[in-house]
Amino acid sequence: MKLDEFFVTGEPLIYAGMVSIVLVSSAVIFLLTYFKRWGWLWREWLTTVDHKKIGIMYILSALAMLFRGGMDALMMRVQLAFPDMNFLNAQHYDEIFTTHGTVMIIFMAMPFLIGLMNIIVPLQIGARDFAFPFVNALSFWSFFFGAMLFNISFVIGGSPDAGWTSYTPLAGAAMSPGPGQNFYLMGLQLSGIGTLATGINLMVTILKMRAPGMKMFQMPIFTWSTLVTCFIIVFAFPILTVALALMTIDRIFGAQFFTLTGEGLPMMWANLFWMWGHPEVYIVILPAFGIFSEVIATFARKRLFGYNAMVWSMILIAGLSFLVWVHHFFTMGAGAFVNSVFSVSTMLIAVPTGVKIFNWLATLYKSKIEFTTPMMWALAFIPSFVIGGVTGVMLGMAAADYQFHNSYFLIAHFHYVLIAGTVFACFAGLEYWYPKMFGHKLNERFGKLSFWLFVIGFHVTFFPQYFVGLDGMPRRVFTIIPEWMPLNVISTVGAFGMGLGFAVFCYNIYYSYRNSKREETGDSWNGRTLEWATPTPVPFYNFATVPHVDKYDAFLAMKEKGETTYDEDKLEPIHMPSYTGKPIIMMAILAFASFALVFEWITLAVIGLIGTLIMMVIRSFDYDEGYHVEVEEIKRIERKARRL
Amino acid sequence: MSAHELKSGPLEYRTQEGQMSILGFWIFLAAEIVLFSTLFATYAVLFGRTADAPAPGELFEIETVLIMTFLLLISSFTCGIAVHNMRKGAVKAFITWMVITLLLGLGFLGFEIYEFVHYAHEGATLQSAAYWSAFFTLAGTHGLHVTLGIGWATMILIQVAKRGFTPMTSRKGFIISLYWHFLDVVWIFIFTSVYLIGMVV
Repeated sequence: MKLDEFFVTGEPLIYAGMVSIVLVSSAVIFLLTYFKRWGWLWREWLTTVDHKKIGIMYILSALAMLFRGGMDALMMRVQLAFPDMNFLNAQHYDEIFTTHGTVMIIFMAMPFLIGLMNIIVPLQIGARDFAFPFVNALSFWSFFFGAMLFNISFVIGGSPDAGWTSYTPLAGAAMSPGPGQNFYLMGLQLSGIGTLATGINLMVTILKMRAPGMKMFQMPIFTWSTLVTCFIIVFAFPILTVALALMTIDRIFGAQFFTLTGEGLPMMWANLFWMWGHPEVYIVILPAFGIFSEVIATFARKRLFGYNAMVWSMILIAGLSFLVWVHHFFTMGAGAFVNSVFSVSTMLIAVPTGVKIFNWLATLYKSKIEFTTPMMWALAFIPSFVIGGVTGVMLGMAAADYQFHNSYFLIAHFHYVLIAGTVFACFAGLEYWYPKMFGHKLNERFGKLSFWLFVIGFHVTFFPQYFVGLDGMPRRVFTIIPEWMPLNVISTVGAFGMGLGFAVFCYNIYYSYRNSKREETGDSWNGRTLEWATPTPVPFYNFATVPHVDKYDAFLAMKEKGETTYDEDKLEPIHMPSYTGKPIIMMAILAFASFALVFEWITLAVIGLIGTLIMMVIRSFDYDEGYHVEVEEIKRIERKARRL
Repeated sequence: MSAHELKSGPLEYRTQEGQMSILGFWIFLAAEIVLFSTLFATYAVLFGRTADAPAPGELFEIETVLIMTFLLLISSFTCGIAVHNMRKGAVKAFITWMVITLLLGLGFLGFEIYEFVHYAHEGATLQSAAYWSAFFTLAGTHGLHVTLGIGWATMILIQVAKRGFTPMTSRKGFIISLYWHFLDVVWIFIFTSVYLIGMVV
């Protein structure tokens, strides 16, 4: 293979990307060396099994991916506002909408939420770590290397260009030769391992490690949303694993699953993809619902209205999410009966979702709302998400969908649910739990500025797209007719508003790090659930003494009784897992194997797989059972943290 | 992460860690069921789409498949005896029965490889038609699971031989037995819905 086949050449934008990658990497290496931080990085972060640190790494990576996906979005918007300027050509545009979708769903939304779950769920249920801390580190590194593998494609080998749904036969070997599509397959496969492992890990954690006395229906609602999400992950992700594997076998080993030759069935890919893909959208929306429920209850200063109904509606949504996948391709031609069945099941989802909306409104009803930034995101979410939901029901009507299908109406719909739902929730959750993670709040003035820029920008971007869609503008086109121009220009202006909002948000992180008042208690917002019972910053073992829980809103009850999570008489040595470098090494080797497979270098891939197996054997013979934190040590840490 | 250990009951369930690992593995098996279900569904959808390649009815031989089935079924039985011996604390008997289990598994693999090579000679390969892609992927995924299971069980046998039964080694022994039985269950479905149906339709 020649060097100019390995590196992507000929595009000024991509050369700029290469330069910035080299510059940023050298800067990072220089800074780490200059400040002699390599050892610190390895000991404190790369080898950590602490759920809080892993969560922070998830969120940092997700923010980086939000930046990357956002840049893709802005480039698309520039192209559509100035279609004759030749900013992007057709090929480059195809690559960018493909990576935008994939990055945002797989490498931004999910890791962001999983990061928040990592940090908060053990704290909410009174646990000291995950059920399997080693596996948790493994999950993070599998996601991280998967994301890196996918992201590197734009400078090495070329980006995938068949859409984030990668429909066959377009994505097959005949019509998309070369490494691009393989990057998609390998990147998703690698990070999918981590997602499935996290699903199992969190499920066991929630089922087995709750504080003594905490019943299932006394768990905080965010923990419930996580449990239901994990259920979806465990039952949906293996479908993606198989779908990706089948396409890989098709592309690299010449099988005939989705081909036009050998009696393959291209539409089977669409079915398999959406049998995972639809549950996937609930994987990214249910935790968002959980976050909003926590935020709304905290800042309305009221018990969440209809807790049981909230839980049951989530369970119902999870079940229904597996029964609607055909609505993504009503136009496949499955016939009136099949389409009717999936049309009805799709609209049914609006019922439990509606229950949740009314419960949030009822929680707010007659409450004295505190307008903090996280609460603002939650309040903006409700009406925006309803617009997205109602247009979703319109799309669910099979007959009408023949008109809406693949138009900007659909684009507007799913951005309304995914941004107003998931992205608002990520911002709300990060700002709400920020003091718990970093020991200080984010500045409220900058927070509100970024909120208004982002929310207004969001509506300006996507509301016009409903109309340009009804006017017939299809998705995934890089050039448009004059009639669609005005609305597209408005969209582009809005997109830059969102970009500005994100920039202010990032600046706020820096500004608050320098200027915000440090937290003195662990209870930053007068919270209701157990995560606020720990001191800030949270000791690595979380709870010196685990409280006995017999009520919903456990910390509220503790505060009334004057209890804390530090009872000197009840202290016992705490068992903690040791840090280990095996997860990162194992996943780095597997990433190497995946990279080799992308270029179809089979020998190298096999060597990488053997290396991974050897790492698994080493792990199997590892009998490190962790260590105990002694009582004196706990006393010293807690007295300092609680200023006793 | 409690280090408290119960004094009675099966060894593998006595620590909280053991209980959690076993529950986690059951959930993993649920995910595996979804994985194989997807492969079965793919196979069912592509059934009959053989293009120019031979039809399954022309190639499947009941003798080979029956031998494979019995090898695997018996291996599940011997694996059960091994775990029974683990509960009694008999290290040597456990290892002996597990080795028999793995040998039966190897026998199964040998026949499967022979079978695949034979089909390939007759013109039915992964590349020849959608049906055969689905067949080789489904049966091959099962075979790959058996292979990994044999390697994994060998590691555990070495650890049991070195350390005897502790809550940790017996937990590992118990989990590999769950895995092995699961593979047997999957094979029963392959035997019925792939081979038996493939031979008569």
